[in-house]
Amino acid sequence: MSEITPSQTVGPFFAYGLTPVGRCDWDPNGTYAWKNSVESNLVTPDVSGSRIRIEGTVFDGDNKPINDCMIEIWQADAQGRYASPADNRALPNSQFKGFGRSATDKAGVFAFDTIKPGAVPGPGGKPQAPHIVVAIFSRGMLRQVYTRLYFADEAANAADPVLTMVPADRRGTLIAKKEGGEPPVYRFNVHMQGDNETVFFEV
Amino acid sequence: MSLIFPTKSLEAFPKHLTPGYKSTLKRSPTKPLMIIPHTLSELTGPVYGHNAVQEGDNDLTKQHRGEPLGERIIVHGQVLDEDRRPVKNALVELWQANACGRYVHNVDQHPAPLDPNFTGAGRTITDDNGYYKFITIKPGAYPWGNHPNAWRPNHIHFSVFGHSFVSRLVTQMYFPGDYLFPFDPIFNSVTDEKARNRMVASFDLDNTVPDWALAFKFDIVLRGREATPLDNDDHH
Ligand SMILES: [Fe+3]
Repeated sequence: MSEITPSQTVGPFFAYGLTPVGRCDWDPNGTYAWKNSVESNLVTPDVSGSRIRIEGTVFDGDNKPINDCMIEIWQADAQGRYASPADNRALPNSQFKGFGRSATDKAGVFAFDTIKPGAVPGPGGKPQAPHIVVAIFSRGMLRQVYTRLYFADEAANAADPVLTMVPADRRGTLIAKKEGGEPPVYRFNVHMQGDNETVFFEV
Repeated sequence: MSLIFPTKSLEAFPKHLTPGYKSTLKRSPTKPLMIIPHTLSELTGPVYGHNAVQEGDNDLTKQHRGEPLGERIIVHGQVLDEDRRPVKNALVELWQANACGRYVHNVDQHPAPLDPNFTGAGRTITDDNGYYKFITIKPGAYPWGNHPNAWRPNHIHFSVFGHSFVSRLVTQMYFPGDYLFPFDPIFNSVTDEKARNRMVASFDLDNTVPDWALAFKFDIVLRGREATPLDNDDHH
């Protein structure tokens, strides 16, 4: 039996500690007397790659937006490199960290400003289609759920080693739809339950 | 450093659907989670430099003009991986209720006073031995709407980063001997008693500072262990 410390829910009141400044509008002033350790804007001044915005809503089993959710994303840079010591290839570009955090607001909406990641090596050296790893925390979740965000306009999706493991009729839940705007918005809604239940991964 | 993250370790975790904790009913996946291979995306994770925290961020009693009310306590320990190796430079964040059991969060309207000298949020980075330390106030118990006369045991919320994105942990630290333990569905969502007790800090007389503050020790063990040739086949 493993000796790890068990997970517990992030609860309803994490905002002033983990996402005190920004989208959290639970405070009348829009901001608690504390500072962010992690931002929802991942774009650094000299980062290379195409800028994108990711927006979405998290829905519960009654199809109601979850307004006390925390989303974290982890992604490679535009060249497909992770800013992590466990990725021992070339260094990622500039100060790009690849990690972001956003609370959902009163409408259940989260948003990130970032760059589109490049392809990352997968099992057996085969490339994975550009994707972002997503972790979702909230009241009512005793542990985070993990999913992946893929981009609708990537031909590489068809051969992605993870996406192709997912039954075809559920694959769409992992694919963010491109909308207009500059930078373009990719819409990524998450359904915890229901006909459209997002595919979650045991990792 | 070559590490693996056996999913078997997750057996210590609560089930997503834990009916005694009502909010899980509409917020837990109903379809089985898909098991996928660990790729570079899962095996890597964010790293924090010391610029993520500022001097004094780990002392919750000094964030305002005056001192907060309540019992001053020291909460400290080590962040370790499954091989008991220290996790250094790990970002540790915490948040909690004040001594009266009230959070500064705008949604918490339970009739207990706010403390103008206490926000209840702190953060720090572990040192080379994986060691962290906070100075804070013992949080009070508070009521919640889960079931009639439901009260949460005293607890401090913790958020910790480890070697990879899959060793990310959000948990709660409890205090030894709490009489509310038997009635709390969140604490008891961890069904294995030994695992549950790993969320309970131990009273630490050795580090208690005379005439100043009681100490509690809380070690946090994250997923991740050294890969051996045998383990390599077990990446699933
Ligand atoms: Fe709490």
